[in-house]
Amino acid sequence: MLELLNSPVIYLICGLIVLFVAVTCVIYMVRAYRAGIAIGMDKGKLNRAITSSATFSLFPSIGILLGVIALSGSLGTPWPWLRLSVIGALHYETQVAQAASEAVGIGGLSAEHMTAEAFSTIALLMSLCIMWGMVLSIFFNKKYTAKLSGSPEKKKENKGPGFGDEAMAAMFIGLISAYLGSYIGGFVSSKGRFTFQGDLTPIIVCVVSALIMGIFTYFTKKKNMVWLESFSIAGSMFVGMLVAVFV
Amino acid sequence: MEENKEMYLAKYAKATHRIGRITSLVTLIMLLGAPFAIGAYLGAFPNLGAVGKAFLSVGLVWTVSSIVEFLVYTPMLGSGGGYLAFITGNLINMKIPCAMNARDIAETKTGTPENEIISTLSIATSSLVTIVVLAIGVALLVPLQPILQSETLAPAFANVVPALFGAMAYQYFRKMPKIAVIPLAIMTVLFIFVPGLASSTSILVMPAGAISIGLAYLSYRKRKKA
Repeated sequence: MLELLNSPVIYLICGLIVLFVAVTCVIYMVRAYRAGIAIGMDKGKLNRAITSSATFSLFPSIGILLGVIALSGSLGTPWPWLRLSVIGALHYETQVAQAASEAVGIGGLSAEHMTAEAFSTIALLMSLCIMWGMVLSIFFNKKYTAKLSGSPEKKKENKGPGFGDEAMAAMFIGLISAYLGSYIGGFVSSKGRFTFQGDLTPIIVCVVSALIMGIFTYFTKKKNMVWLESFSIAGSMFVGMLVAVFV
Repeated sequence: MEENKEMYLAKYAKATHRIGRITSLVTLIMLLGAPFAIGAYLGAFPNLGAVGKAFLSVGLVWTVSSIVEFLVYTPMLGSGGGYLAFITGNLINMKIPCAMNARDIAETKTGTPENEIISTLSIATSSLVTIVVLAIGVALLVPLQPILQSETLAPAFANVVPALFGAMAYQYFRKMPKIAVIPLAIMTVLFIFVPGLASSTSILVMPAGAISIGLAYLSYRKRKKA
């Protein structure tokens, strides 16, 4: 079965969809870049946004590749490749694939028990469960974003900086807090409440990567090495992950 | 000049929505169609009864969280970035932090056209990097697999997300330390007392975010009055 799931036909089907999405990304990128130049934005800023996003995404992408490898054992390579290239989320795929394999009656996710029907059922469920973000975007993105930016007249009346930026930063702080809290809670209580026997590595990694980020910030802000900014998150992540190997 | 710029931007926004809608729809159709195409090739179509059953058990949770994600993250992503991010996924662990970082570097403000452009550029770049890394990774799977899955490197890749959030925490907690302390404390206590919640962290992001936005709003009001 696994051989069938890795056959060129399935690679072709999945590859075409990945290609379509890649082209969409290129279109958006080129349009945004042109629009930036047209409204007089600094070319350097646009370029830095691109380089920083590219370096930023490198390590998480390798992490996602590991998700493909993990799922390829039971679902073949092309389908997980598609799933994680297009609206995939690492934590989501495995959970849904597992639930689907239970519902279809093959027990758990394994190459041994995989059948053609089980595979196409699992694949459909994986597509179905995560499509809502796209559906909502199709219907509501326009209205919603228009509402958020408000009419230009209204903005002129409302002098001074708005709350929007702070709300975004605050939301993001909440997001980070939830994850940091889960690492601390995991260390303190995952092996029984207040036993302090859990994994300490994520906390060490966080601290190291924050420290390195501090050093990067010192050089970019105080020493004016602006070019370094594009690599600071990737660099901090790299050192943090490296430390995990030695802990 | 100003008028020209506004007309240009209005046209740009209109096209963004048109392209966004078409590409999202096409992707959606292809994603739902692929399991049937693969099924036809393998000789067995999806079992719709099982799909329905499994959807009720896991799909509903994801549907609700998708709605919340759409409402919360679209403002952070902008319109072009929003369409793309919901097509390419990995929002929390990649697209959102990536766009926030690009904006910080470009120093753009929420709700401005500059911000929209930077977000779109950032998310498009990030998506392309993932697509390219995965394509190379899949092409070189045989030689790469033993390296990536080696025991030595396993802890490094298990900690990609902590490494990312550690670096981002330094930047953001420094910006608003007073606002960061409370959600961090609440979340830590929560996870200490209910360690089983760790698998639902992506959902707990919502209340944590609501708390920090609430706190930020209180401090914003206070400053406005003063």
